[in-house]
Parts: sequence; C-alpha cells; structure tokens
Amino acid sequence: MASTDVIGADRAQARQGKKMSRKKSRGPWLERYSALILATVLLGAWQALVPLSGLSEFVLPTPLAIAKRIVNELPLLATHAYVTLFEVVAGFAMGVLIGIPLALSIFYSRAFERAIYPILVALQTVPKVALAPLLVLYLGYGWAPKITLAFLISFFPIVISTVVGLQSLDKNLVNLVRSMGAGEWQTFFKVRLPAALPNIFGGFKVAVSLAVIGAVIGEYVAAERGLGYLQLQANSLFDTTLNFATVVTISGLGVVLYFIIDTIESRVTYKRDAAK
Amino acid sequence: MSATTQTGAAVDISRLSKIYKTREDDDVLALDKIDLKIEPGSFVAVVGPSGCGKSTLLSLLAGLTGASTGTISIDGDGVSKPHPKTGVVFQSDLLLYWRTVLDNILLPIEIKKQDVAKFRPRAEELLAQVGLAGFGNKYPSELSGGMRQRVAICRALIQEPGLLLMDEPFGALDALTREQMIMDLQAMWLRLRNTVLFITHGIDEAVFLADRVLVMSPRPGRVDLDLRIDLPRPRQWSKTHEDKEYHAYVRQIRAIFEAKGILVAH
Repeated sequence: MASTDVIGADRAQARQGKKMSRKKSRGPWLERYSALILATVLLGAWQALVPLSGLSEFVLPTPLAIAKRIVNELPLLATHAYVTLFEVVAGFAMGVLIGIPLALSIFYSRAFERAIYPILVALQTVPKVALAPLLVLYLGYGWAPKITLAFLISFFPIVISTVVGLQSLDKNLVNLVRSMGAGEWQTFFKVRLPAALPNIFGGFKVAVSLAVIGAVIGEYVAAERGLGYLQLQANSLFDTTLNFATVVTISGLGVVLYFIIDTIESRVTYKRDAAK
Repeated sequence: MSATTQTGAAVDISRLSKIYKTREDDDVLALDKIDLKIEPGSFVAVVGPSGCGKSTLLSLLAGLTGASTGTISIDGDGVSKPHPKTGVVFQSDLLLYWRTVLDNILLPIEIKKQDVAKFRPRAEELLAQVGLAGFGNKYPSELSGGMRQRVAICRALIQEPGLLLMDEPFGALDALTREQMIMDLQAMWLRLRNTVLFITHGIDEAVFLADRVLVMSPRPGRVDLDLRIDLPRPRQWSKTHEDKEYHAYVRQIRAIFEAKGILVAH
C-alpha cells in the first residue's frame, strides 16, 4: 500500500507537468527533427555508397535490402526474438529482485556495506562474457546460462545506482519528515525512495541494455534458439543480409526495453527541472 | 479547525544540556544548562552567532535529537521524540520536488495517517493567506525562493501546531522578499496566536517580530540576555524601524555582541 502511496498519488500531476514542459521546450523546426534528419542522411549515404563502391550486396547489404529482409523474415525473427526477449527480461528481473534488496542492505548496514563492497567490485572486474563458456558447462544449453549471464551483467549497475540514489539524499529531508512523526518505514516511502527513483531508473536503463548483451553472448556460446543463435546461423550460411537483419532486431529489442523503462519512469517520477 | 480556537503551547525547558561526541574524543558542549519558560502564545526570537547552539536548541525542541541532561516539556508532555503539537520550518524550504505544492502541504497529514481529503480545504485556505491562491497544483520548481518558503510555512501550519519552530527561515531569501515575509509572518501569527520560537542571525528581525528576544552566547550556548520587547502591534515596517525604543532594543543586543567580540566596532 505504502509504495502505491508514493507513486500513485503523484502520477496524474507528473503527467500534467510533463505535458507542460514539452510545450515549453518546443524549439525551432530544425532542432526538433535534427536526429531524424541526420539518421536519414547517414542511411541515404549508405544506400547510395554501396553500389558506387562496387561492393556486392553479399558483403555489405544496403539499408533498404536489410529492411526488406526484416519484413520478409518477420516470423523467423520474431520466433527468435521472443526467446532472447524472455532471457533478457528474466535476467533483468533477477537483477532487480536481487539488486534492490542488496542495495537496501548496503544502505542500511554499514557493516554489510564494508563486507560486501570489496566482493562486488572484485566480481565486477571479472569480464562477465568470459564466464559464458563456464555457465554453459554448468547450466547446459537452455535458457539458464543466458538468463544467468544477463543477470550477472545487469545487476551491478542496479545495485550501485540504487545505493548512490539513497545515499545522496539531503539529510535535512529526513529531519523534516521525522519532525512530522515519521518512522523509518514512512521516511523510506515518502522521501528516500521517491528521491532515489531517478537514480534507480538510470541504473535500470543501463542494466537493461547490458542484459541484452548478456543474453546474446550467452546464445553465441551455445544455443538452439534466440537472436544470437540466428545470427551465427546466418554467418555460417554467408547470409550477410539476414545477419544484419538480426543485428537490427537485437538493437531494436534493446531500444524497446529502454523506452518501456523510460515510460515507466516518467509516470512514476517527476523530474526536478521539468518546469525549467 | 478554526484558527481562533487554537491556543499556543507552553514550553518548559530546565537544565538542558547537549554534548556532541566527536571522533577525536573531545566532546563539544553545545548547550549548557539552559533554563527557559515560554508562555503560551508568545513569539520568542533567539539570536546568536553561528555555532552558539541555537539550532541545537531547535532540534531538541523538535524532538530530533535527545538531550544530554535536563528536560523539555511541551504543554506538560516530556519531549523525547517529535511532539505532535510542533511544526518546524527549516532554513531551506525542503519541499519535495516530486509533489505538488498542495501535496507538500498535506505531507504531515499523510504521515500522521489522517484524512488527507478533509485537510485539503484548510491547505488551500493557508495558501490563499500567504498570497499563493491557485498555486496548489504547481510544482516547487515553478516557484520562486520566497514562494517556496511560504509553502514550507503552510506545511508547518497545516496541523495548527501549538508550537511553531522556525530555524532561520528567511536566511536564504533576498532582502525585499525577506521584508515581505517578516510582515506576513507577523500578520499570520497575530491571527493564530500560537507559540513561536524563531531562530535567527538577524537582530533587526528578531526585535521587529518578537515579544521576547533571547541572546545566546557562543559555545557553550547559554542565554546571555532575555529581553522583553514592548512595542505595539501590529508593528509596521517603517514606523517601527523609526521607533526610538526599537533602536534601543537593537543597540542593547548589539552591545552584548560587541562585548563578546562577536561584533567588532571600528
């Protein structure tokens, strides 16, 4: 109940504020569409330069050819994308479910912080990718090693951003709510958590992008399904266009997940400088 | 609910000391055996140099820190944790930026798990009284510094506190805004007649606002002077500032600071 209290009550107003800020930030035409224009120019150059350079489509397919292939192979790409998506979401969810409680323990217990931080940092220096073959050895060819890899790679930024978010709170705000009679439980839900949410979501965004990398790398090592697997198949068949189509799908997956988190964030939090 | 039925709380402080433990083992005596009785409904200002323990005094009254020795009571209840009859206004407005003005004002109600809807009209009334009618759905970032501090005052008043603690509330404001806030605070207090403990660096605003000014000495904090201010109310900015008696009070306080070497005459 308490958590919906924090989030739910402010949601409608947050949306209202957002709308207003968008209206204000409306700049000149060129500024608004600059990203779209640049992307179009770059893709157009690619499209034009491939035939001019004499490279065969087999070596470097044009953007249009890749787009066409994506449309044609939609069912195939979707089948494999579902597998990867599941691994990413499961790994990320594990990262959240384990990362947040760990961050809370670090925040609330000095002793735990001292004990766990060196271990966390040491773990973080291990390239997770290097664990992929071992994970396959222990967990087999199925979902488990990919989910584990996605989890391992995404959980560190979640822990760190949550701890930093909680620690950076103005101490006077704690005094304020305590002077109103709040205990630690209310202090957490009324002040600590909402104030840390922008940091936490920043961590989520980094984590979800990393989780995609983790899952795909897991699929590279050993898999029978998934976008990483499909890409290896395309590679072995010298099907460069399908290879590119898969790359686009993988990054599309990352972008969609990123924006889902971004949307949740904008509904749940109010940005400090939204009105400026 | 009505403001007229509200009465100020009585404060009784006896032999109050506060010692802060530091890492280097040399304990700091912030307050040294303070005795103080505040009558219900009076406006008491505390002036003193930085580090004289006046913020410590406020923090103890707010129940945020425990006394080392001595006791505090508010309307006869011993204070060991925040007392429901107290409202606090801090130096910075401390508004929660993710909440609207109205939701910020209603925060104490939420924390005390009372019916928020019931207090909404009261919150709007308070906003109107400080000249912010219609600002309820704005966010703190859309308000100026003075407006934000007004909202913070409304938040402290929503519970109709018998004791309002103010910790250098106008310290961060520009001179003009500050002047307006001082006048508004007086008007508000004349309406509510609650007990106010107003901590400040400013001798002028202390004398202008208060019934009684306590001058504190540098560490360890003691009350050097307990000065009753007998100036007619409502006090008007120009008139009071031209008043001979007003200047006599200010001089009396300055003399203490000069004697203590806090203010050095050239």
